[in-house]
Amino acid sequence: MKLPSKEMTLDQVVRRIDSGMTVGIGGWGSRRKPMALVRAILRSDVTDLHVISYAGPDVGLLLAAGKANRVTFAFATLDSIPLEPLFSRARELGSARFREWDEGMLQTGLRAAAQRVPFLPMRAGLGSDVLVNDPDLRTVTSPYPDGEELVAVPALELDVALVHMNRADSQGNAQYLGPDPYFDDLFCMAAREAYVSTEQIIDTAGLTLDAPLQSLLLNRTMVAGVVETPNGAHFTSCSPTYERDEAFQRAYADAAKSDWDAFSARFLSGDEDAYQTAVEAFRMEASAV
Amino acid sequence: MTDVTRAEYCAVAIADCFADDGEIMGSPMGLLPMLGARLAKNTSNPLLMLTDGEARILRGTPPLGQTTEVVEGWMPFRLVLEAVLPYGKRHVMMGATQIDRHGNQNISAIGRWERPTRQLLGMRGAPSNTVNNKTSYWVPKHSSRVVVERVDVVSGVGRKRAEEAGPAATKFHRVHRLVTDLGVFDFEGPDHTIRFVTVHPGVSVDDVLAASGCEIHAGGDVPQTRQPTDEELLLIRELLDPANLREKEVPSR
Repeated sequence: MKLPSKEMTLDQVVRRIDSGMTVGIGGWGSRRKPMALVRAILRSDVTDLHVISYAGPDVGLLLAAGKANRVTFAFATLDSIPLEPLFSRARELGSARFREWDEGMLQTGLRAAAQRVPFLPMRAGLGSDVLVNDPDLRTVTSPYPDGEELVAVPALELDVALVHMNRADSQGNAQYLGPDPYFDDLFCMAAREAYVSTEQIIDTAGLTLDAPLQSLLLNRTMVAGVVETPNGAHFTSCSPTYERDEAFQRAYADAAKSDWDAFSARFLSGDEDAYQTAVEAFRMEASAV
Repeated sequence: MTDVTRAEYCAVAIADCFADDGEIMGSPMGLLPMLGARLAKNTSNPLLMLTDGEARILRGTPPLGQTTEVVEGWMPFRLVLEAVLPYGKRHVMMGATQIDRHGNQNISAIGRWERPTRQLLGMRGAPSNTVNNKTSYWVPKHSSRVVVERVDVVSGVGRKRAEEAGPAATKFHRVHRLVTDLGVFDFEGPDHTIRFVTVHPGVSVDDVLAASGCEIHAGGDVPQTRQPTDEELLLIRELLDPANLREKEVPSR
């Protein structure tokens, strides 16, 4: 039997996202973020999302565009630029609701959701202001003789997960070729539906032709849809296909602190093709200087 | 050897933090911590395991700013968070935008957490780090705005807060050292408060107190940070930081 194709367009994926949903976004900081999908959300009329992410420009952009009104995070960074400027602005203006956990707690919460248990215990958070600033967090006492009181990290159940992979097939088997899988499989398993954007959709047999078996991070039971979006993680890194576009990221960070509207009009007012064309023009200008 | 710079005293003081760690993973955050940890690996603790800051465990110690080196292992973020960190075979040296008398660290936000006047990095892994494995701190510019009576937000947990949280928080809690551009400190003063270990040559106890926003326990004469050996200076200057990046983080004065 020929398996049905899960290939979709960016806009088809976004039509699966309703206002008010909880959306998990894979990657880490400014690394392998599903930016084409994020840009597609920016163009949509979706609003009031609760975004859960190891945050980078994905979260900054969704906040600045008023798409996210709630964010669960442990940091927000552009890596080579320590602070995500649009995120910082949203925090300082108080323009959304925020829940700040520890990095490990985020992983544990995703794992609890993936395992379909209500919580998992861990030490992280004890004694810190994580437990003060998120009054919904509870502790749990070990039923064993040690009697230790640990943090009961609640499951981070996602409506939708969005991740970006180097390669995939049309059935949703997907592969990372860089050094770190981040937490993308956990995001997918914590979600009711997961959507994968990828640099390239290829024949299934090609996936393991030149890459190890272990690079197949996602299998098709975890994935509802696949979108081919070349350069779709831009301006974040998608190693080894491409590294972070540092010049563009600097322009993004500068614009966030000065003339964001002009930057947004130039790069984010059209569709994904228009974005990639504008990025190419930016690159030509930069190399002409 | 020519005159030892302040940055070089900092590098050896940081290296000494990792000297007795044995075969564990060092997680130095920032430039001087990286230099110090790589120095320790070349001198006092050759068993120390270090990564390139991404997912590769490096066998040797490339110069600062470079990562080309034989890879001896894989250390993706998931393994750090779920395995290495709670497993405990790790010594992290983090930065601190604020660190207080009780050893609480803030890298989250300045002002009220609900609506900060200045957003910082975020909690990152600080809550996990402090209750799971050995933790030290690095402050490149010691001032009364950094070393404070009370941090605005508690990211990294000091001893007193850990004790208040119960035995699960203290079981593996170990805040080891604070190294700054002025000296070295621990948190073994009265009631686990900040205490002098050494001051760097050229710095007095009064200089440090004048640059601090809280009391620091001295309890007698405070010795000076030790001199680097000729081997250490050679390693720092020729092998580990030939571009002298350390001078940018801690300028000579």
